[in-house]
Amino acid sequence: MSPTAIALAIIFFIVALGSAIGFYAGTRHRMSLEQWTVGSRGFGSLLMWLLMAGEIYTTFSFLGASGWAYSRGGPALYILAYLPLSYVVSFFISPLVWELGREHGLQTQPDFFLVRYRSKYLMAFVALVGVAFMIPYLQIQLTGLGIIVEVASFGGIGRTRAMILGVVLLAGFVFVSGIRAVAWVSVLKDFLMVFAAVSIGIYVPHFFFGGIRPMFAELARAKPAHLVMPGATNNLGHTWYVSTVLLTSLGAFMWPHAFGATFTARSANVLRRNSVVMPLYNITLAFIFFIGFTAFLVIPGLTNGDLSLLMLVRQTLPPWMLGVVGGAGALTAMVPASILILTASTLFAKNLYRPVFAPTMTDDQVARLARIMVVALSLVCLYFAIYSSTTLVSLLLLGYAGVTQFSPASSWAFFGSASRWSEFSAA
Amino acid sequence: MRRPSFGAISLALIPFLAMCFSVSAWDRVHPMILGLPFNLFWLLSWIVLTSVCMWGVYRLEAPQIAKAEGRRENAGRAQ
Repeated sequence: MSPTAIALAIIFFIVALGSAIGFYAGTRHRMSLEQWTVGSRGFGSLLMWLLMAGEIYTTFSFLGASGWAYSRGGPALYILAYLPLSYVVSFFISPLVWELGREHGLQTQPDFFLVRYRSKYLMAFVALVGVAFMIPYLQIQLTGLGIIVEVASFGGIGRTRAMILGVVLLAGFVFVSGIRAVAWVSVLKDFLMVFAAVSIGIYVPHFFFGGIRPMFAELARAKPAHLVMPGATNNLGHTWYVSTVLLTSLGAFMWPHAFGATFTARSANVLRRNSVVMPLYNITLAFIFFIGFTAFLVIPGLTNGDLSLLMLVRQTLPPWMLGVVGGAGALTAMVPASILILTASTLFAKNLYRPVFAPTMTDDQVARLARIMVVALSLVCLYFAIYSSTTLVSLLLLGYAGVTQFSPASSWAFFGSASRWSEFSAA
Repeated sequence: MRRPSFGAISLALIPFLAMCFSVSAWDRVHPMILGLPFNLFWLLSWIVLTSVCMWGVYRLEAPQIAKAEGRRENAGRAQ
């Protein structure tokens, strides 16, 4: 078999296996709206961990983090800081959100704004903003998926075709299995992702420099400025770092899908325990940085830094490993994309369309509309991903800037006024 | 609505001080530790220490949480 055929076969196998798991995940459950969106609030620690890890480890971690280490250097370290800190924030907020969710049967972030602020229009507005800023985040995933499959298959599958295939599969398993699909496909995705990141993070520096230590020694000798802020940029210094880490760590939990995922937990303590353990998961990111820094020394001058990881992998690894990286990368895009699509569709049907246009709709009708929206939104994002080009980090920061605007209103909901809160809980 | 204790909040602020606000103190290449630039080594250590801090917060909060949940269950039975 030619290298292309081997890599392609492995990518196909991994993506097909992941999708099969997704379709199967929901078959034993009757899909009511509550089952579809929040898994009937029955997720224990393990499924919850998988769901949170599935959301956080996106194709951005794969390509964007190495891309920033490559093209910007030191400023990329903000990624290592903001993710652990976002769990410090969620340790305190997510159990409160969960309790309110159980009391009032909440399924989405706008539901929360409705019971807390008692305004149908605020809810609809939050839903609208949420959907609007999830689209760039979704676009990141699809663009990443396209790039990964194209490079890993040696151009055997074009970017557009890869994106179309990926979207059809993920829209399919979300349509059928809802949130359970997302959690279960994460099992395969996280296993492969951690395996791929750690092994190429060790192998690639070893291949060129004989290890991670000599690679950094060489970088510290040749280009020490690249390792600290502002790195290769003019303006990403310490002030930028502090403001960005604060903004993104407070904002991480404000994503409608992260907020909504808390409602799947079986108890508030499941969420607390997860927030204690989740920071450790980010250690894997260091291995991705090693690859970006190696690429900076070995293949300087790429116009698109997002490609640096894959270029090095393609140069150094055997085709089967390229296939594993490609398949892991494809799933790493599909899992977060599927929960984004699930959440955005639910937001549209339950929190925007029903209250504003059709107050008499039943939950079953909402569930049907949400499933139709899965298909519609997939097409919209596919269109954007095919016809627009921006780097991954710019898209990510745009999305974060948008959703962080929910942060004051959510924080106020809990910490603003104790007296109003008790009056509200009594009601 | 129960507020987290002062001790818990202070413990949770430590990772923010160490990984965010103090950036100008640790953002340097030397001394390199375990072959890693100092800033990278610092952040990786604090990822682990963040979990340690949050485990401490969990232990501090756990008794109050258990008490609050017990109260709610009792209230539920009284209704």
